[in-house]
Amino acid sequence: MQSIRKIRVLIAKPGLDSHDRGAKVVARALRDAGMEVIYTGLRQTPEQIVETALQEDVDVIGLSILSGAHKTLFPRIMELLKEKGLTDIMVFAGGIIPEEDVPELKKLGIKEVFGPGTPTDKIIKFVLENLPHRT
Amino acid sequence: MTKIEEILQGILTGNKRSIAKAITLIENATAESKKLIAKIYPHTGKAHIIGITGPSGSGKSTLIEKIVREYRQNGKKVGVIAVDPTSPFTGGAFLGDRIRMQELSTDAEVFIRSMATRNYPGGIARATKDAVKVLDASGKDVIIVETVGAGQSEVEIIKVADSVVVMHAPGLGDEIQAIKAGLMEIADIFVVNKADRENADKAVIDIQSILQLNNKKNAWKPPILKTVALTGEGVPKLIEKLEEHKQFLRKEKEHKKSLLKAEAELVEAIKEQTARAVIEELKRRGKFEELLQKILKRETDPVSAAEKLLEESFRKV
Amino acid sequence: MFDKEKVGEIKKQRERWENTTLPKWISRHPERKSEFRNHSGILIKRVYTPEDIENMDYIKDLGFPGEYPFTRGLHATMYRGRLWTMRMFAGYGTAEDTNKRFKYLLSEGETGLSTAFDYPTIMGYDSDHPMAKGEVGVCGVAVSSLKDMEILFDGIPLDKVTTSMTINGPASILLAMYVAVGDKQGVSREKLGGTTQNDNLKEFFAQKLCIFPPLPSLKLSTDVIEYCARHLPKWNPISISGYHIREAGATALQELAFTIYDGIAYVESTLERGLKVDDFAPRLSFFFASHNDFFEEIAKFRAARRLWAKIMKERFQAKNPRSMWMRMHVQTSGCTLTAHQPLNNIVRTTIQALAAVLGGTQSLHTNSFDEALCLPTEEAVRVALRTQQIIAYESGVTNTVDPLAGAYYIEDLTNEMEEKAWEYIQKIDDMGGAIAAIEKGFFQKEIADSAYRYQREIDETKRILVGVNEYTIKEKEYPVKLLRVDPKVEEEQIARLQKVKQERDNKKVKETLEKLHYAAEKNENLMPTIIEAVKAYATLGEITEVLRKVYGEYKELIVI
Repeated sequence: MQSIRKIRVLIAKPGLDSHDRGAKVVARALRDAGMEVIYTGLRQTPEQIVETALQEDVDVIGLSILSGAHKTLFPRIMELLKEKGLTDIMVFAGGIIPEEDVPELKKLGIKEVFGPGTPTDKIIKFVLENLPHRT
Repeated sequence: MTKIEEILQGILTGNKRSIAKAITLIENATAESKKLIAKIYPHTGKAHIIGITGPSGSGKSTLIEKIVREYRQNGKKVGVIAVDPTSPFTGGAFLGDRIRMQELSTDAEVFIRSMATRNYPGGIARATKDAVKVLDASGKDVIIVETVGAGQSEVEIIKVADSVVVMHAPGLGDEIQAIKAGLMEIADIFVVNKADRENADKAVIDIQSILQLNNKKNAWKPPILKTVALTGEGVPKLIEKLEEHKQFLRKEKEHKKSLLKAEAELVEAIKEQTARAVIEELKRRGKFEELLQKILKRETDPVSAAEKLLEESFRKV
Repeated sequence: MFDKEKVGEIKKQRERWENTTLPKWISRHPERKSEFRNHSGILIKRVYTPEDIENMDYIKDLGFPGEYPFTRGLHATMYRGRLWTMRMFAGYGTAEDTNKRFKYLLSEGETGLSTAFDYPTIMGYDSDHPMAKGEVGVCGVAVSSLKDMEILFDGIPLDKVTTSMTINGPASILLAMYVAVGDKQGVSREKLGGTTQNDNLKEFFAQKLCIFPPLPSLKLSTDVIEYCARHLPKWNPISISGYHIREAGATALQELAFTIYDGIAYVESTLERGLKVDDFAPRLSFFFASHNDFFEEIAKFRAARRLWAKIMKERFQAKNPRSMWMRMHVQTSGCTLTAHQPLNNIVRTTIQALAAVLGGTQSLHTNSFDEALCLPTEEAVRVALRTQQIIAYESGVTNTVDPLAGAYYIEDLTNEMEEKAWEYIQKIDDMGGAIAAIEKGFFQKEIADSAYRYQREIDETKRILVGVNEYTIKEKEYPVKLLRVDPKVEEEQIARLQKVKQERDNKKVKETLEKLHYAAEKNENLMPTIIEAVKAYATLGEITEVLRKVYGEYKELIVI
């Protein structure tokens, strides 16, 4: 039987801020690059994000945050992913995140952090190149 | 234990990860998924499968969220499959239906999955049916399948359901036409959502008048219910009607509908498998390519070519 | 504007030029692009002449400053008399922190305070709500109960200052708290001056900080407009905002048209309360963005004033000229700021601020260059304020009123913006109004498409952003000093909230909340009952919860 595998990506917005322009532009760009994009809408708790990733069996999670609460929320999300055995999902982040916080976030297992003004092509390329091998 | 058996065990104990993985296998149309479906089939047939469709803007996702909550209060385990179209141009899809149900996603007894229509061999309807089977085998009491009610493939998807709910809402203008075109015949319950709006009664009358045109005599008379999905008004009544319909199906002599459903599924499966078997055999014998060339050169047409082929194959049999 | 004969002569000369000088030049020096368009997609001509504004009528279309249709400005002398208000947005941490900041600003001579609230407050959550975790006091000040508001304005006489509050969903609750503080200070309600943003409609398709569904949201906005018209004559009940529409990705034209349409919806909704248009329209105010395309922005501001004046006069039969005034606040566009080479943002902000001034704004906020990276630092805020001061005192653009009037390009562009905005207004009218358009996802789709197009143009370098997709450098990130909010703020805030809940008369709280529930179900104006509830120290979260029960909660319509 001919397999028709697709890359499934969850674009999630933790935190209370409502700046979804970036998240939506990225969602649309990934869709136009042939991926299946699950978008959760605004204001998701870490629990909701991780449960969604689990049920939707996604390969990649993109987190977008501009409220400044990333230092509270990202560690929680990464911890929950580990708890649920979802460490094979690749996680990247975007939004307003100070450069000095990036090393700490990467240590948590976040593969890359994109700042404002990142071209969508760069993000597509990044996703394709860093796609996890999942069974 | 093989991977398939591991997943199977997980499904039977309601493990979310296993359910998710199984649906991915189905989505990717892998050979393993066929084996898996064969193995879970004996464990299916218990859930009440509800199809919900209607034009965009009628409030499907919002209503589903309320329905799931109501079922949960009654202690039922619920699965939801939301189907959205794949773009024919890019192959990608945007799956945003679960957004209104996100608060439910952390409930241990609720499983929500978004599926894109992709370009499935056998159509999305097949994949949806199989995903429903996985949820059924996992012990869900109620499984809801949601699609936008437009186009033939959606009608096909929704036929997987035991009970079909067709939604409408005031202010959607001519979209009642869309409902007319194919969904009226398969609806078991009509819902006019946003019933707090002006013109809600007009929407009810619109449906009634179309129903009257349909003079088929059925034992089940599709009721027309009013809901306000935003506040949950009318949802208990809807659940009540769904239960009634379920009982009706049970009682219905010879389980006529189930029989028809099984027949349709069998026919579908035969179609698909014979087609594939024939094609593979032809390819093996190099006939396929030869005929393709003839069609390209306009020496024959696809329909005559197929007829000729089938004649030859069956003679062999 | 010009006599027929003269225009005929100009036309002949232009045609001659197009057949001689122009092709000769182009054959050796081709133009950089096959066509030039602004952000709104309007095709920009090579050169504009009197022909382009031949049919314009000076008296009818421009008039004099301070007179209908106000194209040239609301006031007769504009900045020769009074400069625009330089209003900078502030607020962070606990009420004490912001109160200190306010007092500092007042001691420096400011009389206008502007408050930013944190996300939990904006969304109607108390600081101890699970959704508030990590967000308390981060992007603004946290206000959960009247207690916080009392501290926020402690030692600040409310009859001596004006206060702008950037709040929408819970605007009526925050305004009620402000009124309660005023009552405690013994300041009569007629003397309270300030602004609540209170524009709930744009939330559904632009800022997305919605709590309730569209209809009850419009009702709450209208409650504030009605209440202010009857009791708070000096309060601007609403700031109808295009800024967020633009930031969400709309073009200048869409920003203009959608904002004006929201304005129409609020006027219609308030008229239904039995008020006359001239009773409340003079207090309506507007808020726009100023983006990168200099002339497009100037044309937008001028077209906006003319459009609104016409709508108020013709559609709503306003008689008082003040009802026709579009008083506007402008903020330079946050989404144009880049994290790359952040100092470049000072230049962008300068150009945008200049456009706002040449467009005749009443009030201006300039962004700080580090805002793509973090909350602005004091140094960056100072540069932003200095930018306004340099425009005001050094550039000379304030010496005459509407200096660009009569420029062929500006006037033609102003006309075109207005015409195209009318087309949108007609379309939305046909759709059944603002709420119908929201529910159909019309605004959302229009904005999402524009945002995506803009991003694609950048990605494909069809649009050049200096320092982003061209003229990039291998940069060591700019060493910005980051302003961080102490995580202790959250603890302190929650502790105070718990104390309030212990010390208040809980029976009274229950009664006022029940009364509110009843009033909401009876569809009454909720301002009086909300004032009662906040005075009993019912919290913002508790009040919002009552309204959530009655109205339901909004779940966004996803349009990408």
